[in-house]
Amino acid sequence: MTKPTTAKREQLKPPITNVGIIGWLRTNLFNSWYNSLLTIFTLIMLAFLLPPFVQWAFIDSLWNSSAEACRDIDGACWSVIPHNFRFIILGFFPEGQEWRPILAMFLLLALVVYSKERSRWRKSLTWIWAINLIIMGTLMYGGVLGMPVVETSQWSGLPLTLILSFFGMIVAYPFGIFLALGRQSKMPAIKTLSVVYIEMIRGVPLISLLFMSSVMFPLFLPEGVSIDKVLRALVAIILFTAAYIAEVVRGGLQAMPRGQYEAADSLGLNYSSTMRLVILPQALKIVIPPSVGVLLSVFKDTSLVVIIALYDVLKTTMVTLSNPQWAGYSKESYIFLALLYFVFCYAMSSYSRKLEKELHTGH
Amino acid sequence: MNDSQTSTNSEETSKPIIEIHEMHKWYGDFHVLSNINLQVQPQEKIVICGPSGSGKSTLIRCINRLEEHQRGQIIVNGTELSNDIKNIEKVRAEVGMVFQHFNLFPHLTIIENLTLGPIWVRKTPKKEAEELAMMYLEKVQIAEQAKKFPGQLSGGQQQRVAIARSLCMNPQVMLFDEPTSALDPEMIKEVLDVMIDLAGEGMTMLVVTHEMGFAKSVADRVMFMDDGEIVEQNSPDVFFDNPQHERTKLFLSQIL
Repeated sequence: MTKPTTAKREQLKPPITNVGIIGWLRTNLFNSWYNSLLTIFTLIMLAFLLPPFVQWAFIDSLWNSSAEACRDIDGACWSVIPHNFRFIILGFFPEGQEWRPILAMFLLLALVVYSKERSRWRKSLTWIWAINLIIMGTLMYGGVLGMPVVETSQWSGLPLTLILSFFGMIVAYPFGIFLALGRQSKMPAIKTLSVVYIEMIRGVPLISLLFMSSVMFPLFLPEGVSIDKVLRALVAIILFTAAYIAEVVRGGLQAMPRGQYEAADSLGLNYSSTMRLVILPQALKIVIPPSVGVLLSVFKDTSLVVIIALYDVLKTTMVTLSNPQWAGYSKESYIFLALLYFVFCYAMSSYSRKLEKELHTGH
Repeated sequence: MNDSQTSTNSEETSKPIIEIHEMHKWYGDFHVLSNINLQVQPQEKIVICGPSGSGKSTLIRCINRLEEHQRGQIIVNGTELSNDIKNIEKVRAEVGMVFQHFNLFPHLTIIENLTLGPIWVRKTPKKEAEELAMMYLEKVQIAEQAKKFPGQLSGGQQQRVAIARSLCMNPQVMLFDEPTSALDPEMIKEVLDVMIDLAGEGMTMLVVTHEMGFAKSVADRVMFMDDGEIVEQNSPDVFFDNPQHERTKLFLSQIL
């Protein structure tokens, strides 16, 4: 009796309107009059906008010509990128030394890719990072092994952007965690200090911090002592980011059930072990999405260093456009720049999604 | 059962493992525990019962300082609980605790849950800690789940893991805070069986529970609490068959 019933049930198929292309269209694009209207509107807009854009960007465009040749066409002059590529990416780094920042960037990239696998997160990884950071610094600054010294004032373009953002994130994240723990502390002095710090930093824009670090801070130093400009900008970025990270992490700490603290306490774990082994691994996992949000905005906000006359990749592009020969091609340059930023940001956010999935343990 | 009782009686004169003298605790103005006096002998099994809000959970949570008492003395295995964090950590390492909601660490596998205490508190080498953990997992009959995460186990299995986690610290005393209250009925027995085994091996146990069957078969002493006071305590036979106080009688008539 049971067999025929199951056979019958297996044969039943969902109604045709729910499957296939028609079904997909129906559920995703035309599932109500409102959505149908939106779909049609979007299609019309695309029909108006897409062909002219394709015409401009691909059909009428020149990809590797002289500036003069570009004058005669209606389309995009992508030639501005290859012709100025060296300056946009490396800025004022001395001629003949280009291999150094390029190698440093590749090292950084390789290191990031290597660190993606969770199985490699061991103590040795910290050492690998430390050694590589020293190598990268040496490559950039020089002064040894016959490499001429390149002052940080000549560091510019993409390497500068990457230095500011990566170092900013790497240092700011642990600093932010300590601030978050400080804000939760039972010791009033530590708690007050953390709260005052976080609220003060969050109360001012990054630009004003950058100004302070570049203009006001040197006034307080004794005469003859000067701290490197890039370093000062980096410190401002770190101080700023840490305050935001602190609040994000605090959110994660508050989401932790009391029972987790109690279970750790009842095993006799001390405060630092409890935090390191039980609370933070869970709290930080919860706050991956907002943390990545903060880190992405740091990455993009590094472009604000133009106001203290550091030449990051945005500023080098602007300098290129101030050259009369290429002055008219800002659209093309900024689209290229947007793509460059997008690649880095998208890589970060897709990695964070992968990490979230891996860390999910079914609770 | 008889064995354990005689052994308790013979040790009546020995030094108690837990001593509580005239202990009081307040939450703000609310007097949760009032004038608690309790002595627990090694290997003694005490079941604490009482209506909700009577302070029974708070009492056992004071014994490993998850709650702070404001007056009186609590001495566990010769160490007095005060604000000294070193003493508190020492006591906690000697006293195991099992919670109503298990409180396993969801980001760690079962075996990592078990080895965390031995490795970081007792400084046991990892390999040794893992062997110890497997031994206790076998004891609670759950060894095959060692590589899973807590979220993948049933409530009863999780609670057995939680018991094994406490045992890995080789505690002198085990505290149970309503260990079966959050479980589905069909899982209560598997947890109680583990606790009965443990009692048979001579563990000192303080159990807050509503499982009166467990109290009758395992306890050396049953304690009734109401309004933050210990109202009555007696051997299970006397306690259930011949309760002395009106409040105890009322309570027993409601739950039995």
